Amino acid sequence: MIGVDQRFTPLQRLLHWLMAIGILAMLFIGVGMVSTTMPKYLPLVAVHKSLGIAILVLALIRLAVRLRYGAPALPADLPEPMKLAAHLSHYALYALMIGMPLLGWAMLAAAAYPVVVFGGIYLPQILPQSDSLHTWLWDAHFYLAFAFFALVLMHVAAALLHALIRRDGVFETMASLSVPTQDEVVPAE
Amino acid sequence: MLEPHRSPLGSLTLIAIVIGAGAAAFAYTAGWFSSERLTPRRLLAALAPPTGPALGHRRNHAKGICFTGVFEANGAGSELSRARVFARGQYPVLGRFNLGTADPNAPDATVRVRGLGISIATPDGQDWRSAMIDPPVFPVSTPQGFYELLLASASKDPIAMKNFVAAHPEFAPFGDWAKNAPWTGSYAEDRYNSLNSFVFVDNSGAEHVVRWSLLPAAQSVPISPDDLAKRGPDFLEQEITERVTGAPQRWSMVVTIANPGDPTADPSKAWPGDRRTVEVGTLVAQKVEAERGGPCRDINFDPTVLPTGIQVSDDPFPAARSAAYTRSYDLRTAEAKDYPRTATDTKP
Repeated sequence: MIGVDQRFTPLQRLLHWLMAIGILAMLFIGVGMVSTTMPKYLPLVAVHKSLGIAILVLALIRLAVRLRYGAPALPADLPEPMKLAAHLSHYALYALMIGMPLLGWAMLAAAAYPVVVFGGIYLPQILPQSDSLHTWLWDAHFYLAFAFFALVLMHVAAALLHALIRRDGVFETMASLSVPTQDEVVPAE
Repeated sequence: MLEPHRSPLGSLTLIAIVIGAGAAAFAYTAGWFSSERLTPRRLLAALAPPTGPALGHRRNHAKGICFTGVFEANGAGSELSRARVFARGQYPVLGRFNLGTADPNAPDATVRVRGLGISIATPDGQDWRSAMIDPPVFPVSTPQGFYELLLASASKDPIAMKNFVAAHPEFAPFGDWAKNAPWTGSYAEDRYNSLNSFVFVDNSGAEHVVRWSLLPAAQSVPISPDDLAKRGPDFLEQEITERVTGAPQRWSMVVTIANPGDPTADPSKAWPGDRRTVEVGTLVAQKVEAERGGPCRDINFDPTVLPTGIQVSDDPFPAARSAAYTRSYDLRTAEAKDYPRTATDTKP
């Protein structure tokens, strides 16, 4: 049988899948909204801002949960370069989940736009208006979005590689929807 | 459980298809496969003069001058909108007088359309931005029509404009205004109109579709473009600076409420003259400053920056303007070195 002896906690799996939907939507809305002048531009931008702040909050919760409960160990027979890639990509994903919303928020503040989310909540202006800061933040937000999408694609490819080719149980640590059975070890603390 | 006999090659193919489809969907959403989509980038490209855009400047309404002042709300607007800006009181204003041209050095007498941008801040931390112009109607009904107008007016083909006008009968009232309406010799003597319609939401939640205008307190004195040209290429900026230094200049803000069935989605169509109007307050310009190092430079007068109590309507222009203005702002802030903030620092 497939050697699953440990999975992410149900809370971690819930956060992962909620955020997976949110982040994919976010990336598509982002590239879509900046390429249109149609009336949908405004609702897309509004959703992009609100969803970004939601992702920031969820990512911080998720980071805390991850630090508290950890992650299942990777299979012992996984080659070292793949282990390294797995670890580095997870660091990068966390950095982007937290960093992208902050970059977007700061970018709006540096352009002296009011930062309004969820239909009327005004967020603090975390930076003064600044041409140079705005340009730097805009570039970072823009280029990192493409890096983020590339990383998501790599993450999906790696997950499928584990599921379809290696069949080493890594995919099931996050994908399995069933509650843990008795013989599955709950992550120790 | 997965079937045990799938070949690795089949699995790899499946993975490649999933990743390729994801990347293709992303590229499609970004418009990379579409040459037809009216993107902000295409709109700005059509606005640019043949020699290219003026780096560091707004991509349209590039020539302008900053002012600061107040909006004195008389309280009458509260009947129509719950926005704080209509509660009786004085609110600080940052504004910009401007000319509807992509050339920041265009002589005043060569530019038919004049504009006024304002940002009114209220103590609740909200902001109402509006960018108005002086014609009574907009030249076209849709953003696509505006793009076609830009292409036609930039075209070297002598019949391009004729073809455009034939294809856009809505252009006639604007064309008539551009040709026949009197010019003035002062920003202070012009009336500025929102043209786009917006929705005011009152305290009961009821919605009122409106347009607004700023009516000058100063008497309008007609002047021919030839006489204006003789006064100098930058006469309007000199004149408004001296005039406001002499005394604050005022405009009355008048809100016009649509009747059901009025063309709220089409700024090229005036509403009938008998529509109800409410005077909601007075704009007072108290101090004029050059744009180069002035406070309006940093502001995108995005007409969709609206306080609670004002919303966009079915008019498609505010969204298109927001998308284009934002792109213009992103570009010009990245080009700030091409438009130094102090005149002594000018490039060679």
